[in-house]
Amino acid sequence: MSASPANPPLQNSAKGALLLELRNVGKRFGATDVLKNISLNIASGEFLTLLGESGSGKTTLLRLIAGFERPSSGEIWMGGRRLDCQPPYKRPVNTVFQNYALFPHLNARDNVAYGLRVKSTPASEITGRVEEALSMVKMRGFAASRPSQLSGGQQQRIALARTLVNHPQLLLLDEPLSALDANLRKQMQSELKALQRQIGITFLFVTHDQEEAMALSDRIALLRDGALEQVASPREVYARPATAYTAQFIGQTNLLRGEVRGCMATCGALRWPVDEADGPVIFSLRPEAIRLAADGKRQTNEVKFRGAIRQQLYGGSSELLEVDCGNDQTLRIRIPACGPLTGEHDFVFSMSDAIRVQE
Amino acid sequence: MYSRTYKSLVSIPPLLWVGVFLLLPYTLMFAHSLWAVRDGVMVHQWNWDNYKTLFSNPLYAEVLLRTMRIAGSVTVCSLLLGYPLAYYLAFQVGARKELQYQLVVVPLWVSYLVRGYAWKTILGSDGVLNGFLQYLHLTHEPVGFFLYSPFAVVLMLTHIYTPFVFLPIYAALEHIPRPLIEASQDLGASSWQTFWRVILPLSMPGLLAGATFAFVLSLGDFLAPLLVGGPSGTMIANVVQSLFGAAFDWPLGAAISVGILVITISLLFLSEFLEKQWAFK
Repeated sequence: MSASPANPPLQNSAKGALLLELRNVGKRFGATDVLKNISLNIASGEFLTLLGESGSGKTTLLRLIAGFERPSSGEIWMGGRRLDCQPPYKRPVNTVFQNYALFPHLNARDNVAYGLRVKSTPASEITGRVEEALSMVKMRGFAASRPSQLSGGQQQRIALARTLVNHPQLLLLDEPLSALDANLRKQMQSELKALQRQIGITFLFVTHDQEEAMALSDRIALLRDGALEQVASPREVYARPATAYTAQFIGQTNLLRGEVRGCMATCGALRWPVDEADGPVIFSLRPEAIRLAADGKRQTNEVKFRGAIRQQLYGGSSELLEVDCGNDQTLRIRIPACGPLTGEHDFVFSMSDAIRVQE
Repeated sequence: MYSRTYKSLVSIPPLLWVGVFLLLPYTLMFAHSLWAVRDGVMVHQWNWDNYKTLFSNPLYAEVLLRTMRIAGSVTVCSLLLGYPLAYYLAFQVGARKELQYQLVVVPLWVSYLVRGYAWKTILGSDGVLNGFLQYLHLTHEPVGFFLYSPFAVVLMLTHIYTPFVFLPIYAALEHIPRPLIEASQDLGASSWQTFWRVILPLSMPGLLAGATFAFVLSLGDFLAPLLVGGPSGTMIANVVQSLFGAAFDWPLGAAISVGILVITISLLFLSEFLEKQWAFK
């Protein structure tokens, strides 16, 4: 057996340095390409989220890194060593599984100690590190409980402690919060984020929940049908979606389809000057970028249009309007709560908020 | 809620079954064990003499001990065959799983007697095995101890009971969630460590059930020793059979049967207790 760095010290590489590198990774099951030519770098200390619908290949990508599957093409590198040729038990990577996968025949303490025991860590060291990991997830009082005696959230914490105790360089989390109810989920999200900041381990987090991805991540890698759609910070993905798919998947948006002719964009009833070449275009315009026009005056960089309110959905602090602008064009508009509206109104949006996206 | 009449009606068949086929025979057996035979006639005279004979005559203890040894050997041998087989089918086989499973189970459909005679044919002095050994010039005359020995009994019973051991172990292995095995690997355990620390403990209920099957069924077997056992391979059930037959000493035979029943029931309780100890969920 090669000398695997089973217990590297925490933060052994500088924050921000390249930790994991996926080079043109592909995975094929039978005739289906589940992952197509994925190239992605993960920096040390980063919280990167793989976001995608079910079947987009995000879990498969995680399993390739953990070693439960072999890539059909491409390479995975970590800290100057090739990872994809190694069996899972030799990789300096740990996984938090979707349904926790705690060992039912071991109590919480023995579950946490498992990784240290199989690597023949001295018993004196195990005790200390297990206690440390248990207190990190606030579960010291449950050390003697069997998994069946713990609630979902508590099992989740033990699963987390079981990986953290090994001081992995990279922690893989496969939809770890999806089995929890909504309130607990929110609470665990913020604890997870705080824990990741505190211990500085690199997190690769898989989820299909775009809100969760936005709230937790340093960067989001959006997967669509096995290919990377966009990799950027949550703010950038939201403000500058590269494609129509990204714009619709992350938050709500209005997709304006039209064309540019002579530096003038025409999308249904809306027209405004743009700095684009002639041809068909799609713009993404977020509902909150549109507002009610104040008494006819408008700035030079604003587009004004008139529309009839078809539907008004009250949402507490805001209202979601569905507005018919003619030409079979309906826009969704989010405005601060203002009481019931009816009939036709003038609306404006800033030209810079209409983001050109690819199909 | 079901009516009281309905409840009592549906409970009649099982109660009848238990009464006629279990309680009544056991009561009769126990009653017989307390009677005696005088001048070739059974007399209904209540006494404990049969049990005294059982404990004072070393012959019975010797046969019982041999029976236990044979049953123990069968258990160990069928576990050593059945567990790897179940492991292989549960974890290693891909596409042909169903077929291989059927191949393991199919011998159960073949009559016990036919399989016994088959072993006679294989192990006998002019049997297949001796013929083969002589053909290879490994031996020059037939090897005698193959047939009519405890070895032959263990071999035949192992062959017959391995599928019984295989089935519960296979079921237990199939029920181990696969993420647990991945989690073990992920935490740094090699295949061997995963087997000892996760798979074996979690398959323990199946293993215990299989071992109980093999031991208890072997304990009461009388056909295998009859067919391939010979005088040195006689087991306790053969003694019971001869007491009920040629020897015409039903009371003593019944007393031995009660003894075997007590051993069997204690084993079943022990096995159930242990299985509960190892059941997690």
